[in-house]
Amino acid sequence: MKIDNSLPLEYSTEENRLKILGFWIFLGAEIALFSTLFTVYFVLVNGVGNGPSPKDIYELKMVLIQTFLLLTSSFTIGLGIHAMRLGLKKAMMTFFIITLVLGLGFLVFEIEEFITYVHEGATIQTSGFLSSLFTLLGTHGLHVTFGLFWGTAILMQVKKQGFTPETTNKSFIFSLYWHFLDVVWIFIFSFVYLKGLM
Amino acid sequence: MKWDEFFVFTHDPMLFAAMISIVLGGLAIFVGLTYFKKWGYLWTEWLTTVDHKRIGVMYILVALVMLFRGGVDALLMRAQSAVPENGLLNAQHYNEIFTTHGLLMILFMAMPFIIGLMNVIIPLQIGARDVAFPRLNAVSFWLFAAGAALLNISFVIGGSPDAGWTAYFPLASLEYSPTVGNNYYSLALQISGIGTLMTGINFIVTILKMRAPGMTLMKMPMFTWSVLITNVIIVFAFPVLTVALALMMLDRQFGTQFFTMSNGGMDMLWANLFWVWAHPEVYIVILPAFGIYSEIISTFARKNLYGYKSMVVSMVAISLLSFLVWAHHFYTMGQGVMANSIFSIATMAIAVPTGVKMFNWLFTLHKGKITFTTPMLYSLAFIPIFTIGGVTGVMLGMASADYQYHNTMFLVAHFHYVLIPGTVFAVIAGFHYWYPKVFGYQLNERLGKLGFWLITISFNVAFMPLFILGLNGMTRRMYTYSEETGFGPLNMLSFVGALGLALGFIVLVYNIYWSARYSPRDTSGDPYDARSPEWSTHSPVPVYNFAIVPTINSLDAFWYAKKNKAPFFEGKYEPIHMPSNSGQPFLMGVAFCFWGFFMVFSWWIPAIISALGIFATMIYRTFERDHGYYISVEEIERTENALRGDKQ
Amino acid sequence: MKIKWALLSLIFTITTVLTGCDQPLLVLDPKGPQAKTLSDTIIFSMVIMAGILLVVYILYAYMLTKYRASKMGEDYEPPHEEGSHTLEIIWTLIPVIIVVVLSVVTVRSTSDVEAVPKGYEEDKPLVIYASSSNWKWHFSYPEEGIETVNYVNIPTDRPVEFRLYSHGPISSFWIPQLAGQKYAMNAMINELNLVADAPGSYIGKNSNFNGKGFAHMDFEAQAMTASEYVQWVEDVKETAPKLSEKEFNSLLEIDFVGRKTYSSNHLTFSPPPVGNHGHNPDEKDGKDASEDESNSHEEHNQH
Repeated sequence: MKIDNSLPLEYSTEENRLKILGFWIFLGAEIALFSTLFTVYFVLVNGVGNGPSPKDIYELKMVLIQTFLLLTSSFTIGLGIHAMRLGLKKAMMTFFIITLVLGLGFLVFEIEEFITYVHEGATIQTSGFLSSLFTLLGTHGLHVTFGLFWGTAILMQVKKQGFTPETTNKSFIFSLYWHFLDVVWIFIFSFVYLKGLM
Repeated sequence: MKWDEFFVFTHDPMLFAAMISIVLGGLAIFVGLTYFKKWGYLWTEWLTTVDHKRIGVMYILVALVMLFRGGVDALLMRAQSAVPENGLLNAQHYNEIFTTHGLLMILFMAMPFIIGLMNVIIPLQIGARDVAFPRLNAVSFWLFAAGAALLNISFVIGGSPDAGWTAYFPLASLEYSPTVGNNYYSLALQISGIGTLMTGINFIVTILKMRAPGMTLMKMPMFTWSVLITNVIIVFAFPVLTVALALMMLDRQFGTQFFTMSNGGMDMLWANLFWVWAHPEVYIVILPAFGIYSEIISTFARKNLYGYKSMVVSMVAISLLSFLVWAHHFYTMGQGVMANSIFSIATMAIAVPTGVKMFNWLFTLHKGKITFTTPMLYSLAFIPIFTIGGVTGVMLGMASADYQYHNTMFLVAHFHYVLIPGTVFAVIAGFHYWYPKVFGYQLNERLGKLGFWLITISFNVAFMPLFILGLNGMTRRMYTYSEETGFGPLNMLSFVGALGLALGFIVLVYNIYWSARYSPRDTSGDPYDARSPEWSTHSPVPVYNFAIVPTINSLDAFWYAKKNKAPFFEGKYEPIHMPSNSGQPFLMGVAFCFWGFFMVFSWWIPAIISALGIFATMIYRTFERDHGYYISVEEIERTENALRGDKQ
Repeated sequence: MKIKWALLSLIFTITTVLTGCDQPLLVLDPKGPQAKTLSDTIIFSMVIMAGILLVVYILYAYMLTKYRASKMGEDYEPPHEEGSHTLEIIWTLIPVIIVVVLSVVTVRSTSDVEAVPKGYEEDKPLVIYASSSNWKWHFSYPEEGIETVNYVNIPTDRPVEFRLYSHGPISSFWIPQLAGQKYAMNAMINELNLVADAPGSYIGKNSNFNGKGFAHMDFEAQAMTASEYVQWVEDVKETAPKLSEKEFNSLLEIDFVGRKTYSSNHLTFSPPPVGNHGHNPDEKDGKDASEDESNSHEEHNQH
């Protein structure tokens, strides 16, 4: 395997460069996926049937906490990748762990939010609006959950193998994924919650 | 759970026979493999392979099997409607059959056939040793195979989807389709769809990053161009299908309200989502066909492709427009004059780039030196027949007139006139054309031509009458009609055509058998004196494709190298890095198939266990440390000499 | 190649003979202004398409006969041709012009058939609610206060406004000789305007697949003179039974019924859906449709 030392480790081999491009294209597909979910949401947002409307259930406080957690995690993973570029294994691992913990925190609050909704009688089966809301949030939440497992697996490899072309490549791609989830959340925050509360 | 829900026994003798034959066929393969002790061979050489050529062959094999499954469906339908008031099939069976016919032919025949051909050919055409992600490629295939298996299980144990391949809500909702049929639909398509999405990503990266040195984008063979554009469509269209199918599953199995008739659901949302995917899907199967025809026509006209640039531009234009016309599938929904007019104009606009391509092909023939081989015959037959499909498409695109064509046999005739000469002829042509590259011998020309004439003539006999039936008011998907309608004679004629088509396909398969036994070995690697790089390596292609990666400085560089007697490969052998085989993709496919099956019946515990199985294969993959292996220079020399030795 | 052409022309001959000249094709045998517009549009587009086919076929036949390898001589080497800008512009521009022409025709004919037929704008239309249920058609005459199942009688030379909706899956209301089809859907009303020129019995059907009984979901549309129509309505009011809610609900449940006639209609106790796209008039799709709808209403009023 040819290693090009002029590039960061995660870009250093042909295979790594292919993987990063491939992942960008995958993110393109993910954008299409979330755009479709957003469209479904916008189409059905007024279809409240006999159930509550967005204004009735959205709580800004919960959402702000989630937003804060996820945005911070996006920042910390950026620091993690920076540390990785500098070859600081310990710092990188610390930042990654913080990221995952923040992600976990986000999930806890999201589940809490779901439980509150269900207690208020707003379930995924109640109306077109709630079906689309739960599906959009749930898809994002599942992505975060998947990310937690994935991130943990990568951390274990970094711990064991140190920085190699493979582990840095995986970490870098994971950071792209995590940033992407953050971007999706910003859209959810603005166009689902803020718009719904207005 | 009740057994009668699980095994929906059919009392229809024809369906029963088909069912038994599937089971017996499977059993025969099982016994045969055991008897000839080929299980090991099957596992090491095929099930675990990551070689793009073998994966391509497997895709095509599945596609051929599905072609026969879908073909039998078609025959049954035409037989049922051949005479008025026919009692061969009842409404339920007929509905299941036309639904599976549509699903199989589009998603499990046309697509995999195309993807199979791209798998075999694209790396060879761009001078690469494999695709960008060989392992992911295997995952794609096994997910597709898992989906195909799942849909076919529904046929064997009963309960196929029966709401049409479009599965419009509310018809496809639990209320109006209470059987598990549409659960099979949502899950089987979901699983194979994910596989297709992965293929899309894989081939975009392959084509963008792995071309031989010197081959700029505008020096790529036209098939490669068409595949690149197709895969971009895949990446943006398939996520929409993923969402649509997920919502369908949620509505049917988890009580959500997306497409319901009350509680704020919207039934037409399904139709919109479905066609936002399904219209581009049509172009996913037609653009590579255009690429295949471009290759074949220029090879056998012995001339470079006319108007290369405009060919590329028109394909890009078609791909963009393909996302903007979905609503022409339901002009009659009452969306108003304005919306209908806009979609009409966008639809008709597609005729312009398509027309450009048509004329470019015609002018490639101009001043050429045309030889009528089997692949060329299919390509040439494509031009006049597809044009009929094209112009009727423009007619259907006119919103007002569509109020009279919609849901009629006219529409059915139109899309068969597009898809059969477009896609089916193309994949058969490509199959004949590239067969020697993969297997090292050509298919028999006499049998090939016999098959061609049977298929082409019967096709027109089968589908031309449907245009007239449509204008006479015969709607599609009617399992029966009365004598007074006067639809009888033309339907009978169509049935005769369908029989002829079946005969043509039997000849095609017989040709595969005959040629395997008697066809002489093609030792040249380039039996047609062709133009693109895939013909520069040996047939069959060694595992590493090219011993030395060629430098490609122009379109048709291989052709000019031959003409100028210049060497195409320069340099010396170096060790070649290859990916190693793995059983993980296969196991992942198996786990997905089980997961899908349990989900269909809402058996949650087994479904969760299978889902954990899927995750296990993923975790295995992330912790796996596999750097592939190297083929040594000596081994390359040995292989090359052996392949060259054949030539003497 | 010759064999192929011979065969193709054979197919054409067979099909034309089979369809017979005694009975013209349904869609091309209009009995009202809307269907006439559509039939004219179809024939116009067919002529243009035939022209396109002719050009392609002539070029095709020319290339295939002239440049066969057997005619070109052993040592003929085809030239390298990059393409020609002039030709490319020609075969881009001409199709563009054709598409423009067809677009104009489409937009015009579409707005024609969506509106009340020309010359009838002044007349008060006969409103009939046509609703589908598995697998029947219910026709309710709100003004006359009567209802029929699986047949509909209309007066000739008077605009009829069908208001379509469905009690279940989407169906498509189609009387080929009178007008193009339109979907009948659950949560919205679609409007279909038509006029019958000549008295007669016309085939009407659901053209959109909606399950097991789909093939049998047709009805008879009987156009009769104004006086005959008035007479029929009177007869129905006098002789037919009332439609009770119970009876209507049982009608919805049964898969197939024959013809039924009632002297009251279900609109009173089972009102049709309101709005054009159901619950969601603010949404994009819905907005387009409702805007168009209101525009067309304005147009009616101006006349």
